[in-house]
Amino acid sequence: MICADARQLLHAYLDDELDVAQSAAMATHLQGCATCAAGFREHQRLRHALAQPDLYRHAPAALRERWTPRREPADAVAPAAPYRSRRGPIVWALAAGFAGALLLATPLFYALQQHGAAGDMLADEAVSSHLRALQPQHLMDVVSTDQHTVKPWFDGKLDFSPRVVDLAGAGFPLVGGRLDALGGRSVAALVYRRHLHLISVYEWPAAALAASAALSESQQHGYTVLRWTEGGMQYVVVSDVDPAALHEFTQKLRQASDGGDLR
Amino acid sequence: MPIEAPAAPPPLQPAIGARFEAVVLPWLDAAWNLARWLTRDDADAQDVVQEAMLRALRYFDSFRGGDARVWLLAIVRNTYFTLCTKALPGHLLEPIDEDVHPLVDEQASPEALTLLAVDIGSLRQALERLPAPWREVIVLRELEECSYKEIASITGQKIGTVMSRLARARERLKLELSGRSGEARRHDLR
Repeated sequence: MICADARQLLHAYLDDELDVAQSAAMATHLQGCATCAAGFREHQRLRHALAQPDLYRHAPAALRERWTPRREPADAVAPAAPYRSRRGPIVWALAAGFAGALLLATPLFYALQQHGAAGDMLADEAVSSHLRALQPQHLMDVVSTDQHTVKPWFDGKLDFSPRVVDLAGAGFPLVGGRLDALGGRSVAALVYRRHLHLISVYEWPAAALAASAALSESQQHGYTVLRWTEGGMQYVVVSDVDPAALHEFTQKLRQASDGGDLR
Repeated sequence: MPIEAPAAPPPLQPAIGARFEAVVLPWLDAAWNLARWLTRDDADAQDVVQEAMLRALRYFDSFRGGDARVWLLAIVRNTYFTLCTKALPGHLLEPIDEDVHPLVDEQASPEALTLLAVDIGSLRQALERLPAPWREVIVLRELEECSYKEIASITGQKIGTVMSRLARARERLKLELSGRSGEARRHDLR
């Protein structure tokens, strides 16, 4: 390869967009040619410099708030940010100040509220996952109303064995199960039905420190998310069914899990 | 299936709200980043992103899966160009004469390497001084970490065009940064 060619391919090489043969030819050339190698290093350095996170512009809080549906009554109490016309330097200065304060306060907040914050993100994720699952063809990996079919299906697919219970008698027939991912780990997702509503149950082993936690509830645009930790397992239940019915379901599920564990 | 009345805010259609929020909203930062770098101004970026999000919501029915980030960034980019041509005809067109900025590798002596100023301030200024089409390709590639293919579908260009634009944009950026560091060097105490 001659230097002119190398210069043509330098950027694609830098971006890892060359095929194997060209990439190898380029590497060989750079080994033998000090000039091209120096140019390459310089661009590498420039690339590295441009990757500094401070260069990335993040959406202002006011904009994000405007586009985020309100979720909980607590949010509704705060006045909704009206759409501000573009020439509002003072408002922007205030917003910038607020963002700055937020930046300063955020680490502290996380330090204090780590559990709560992580939990909210998890609820978000669980709702998103449930929504994705409702899209055609996504709902189930194994379709069965029999827990003795569903439970073994997870063997070898997860590093734990999920509890699968039969709640058909209580009006919540099992529909099937699938593999899913929440908070960066693989979890078991079981799908139950209540009339025409579907209920996703996510479960996975809890971190050793929090082996049990009380039931907590949150609402996200029409979906109810219930979350608890019990017997070393974390559970998240998501559905658009009436919250009272979901509580009933959860109660039955916990009783079934407690009492005898219908494996 | 019974339809429940969800508590979505008025501007979002309830039915679309949840899915739109799950699919499009995660890329609000990406949209803002591109718009802010293109406009170089908070208020203008605000207008562009607001308009782009409204368009995204309007066209969301026609979004058939695929990469939502690429889809949204293409809308942001188009919105920017439409708003700009409306507001300031010609300004945006900033024709880049590729002959004026030929792809010449300045002798990349090891010395030049140490001259490259890569502090945030210099980078920001140098990047803002680039003509929009070059700034765009740098932001998409380096900040947004898009592949050539993704950049091509966002900007509606051929991959070859993306590649040569990126090469020229980087050479120019490098030149700017070397020049600036020359000034800075005079204040260097060593």
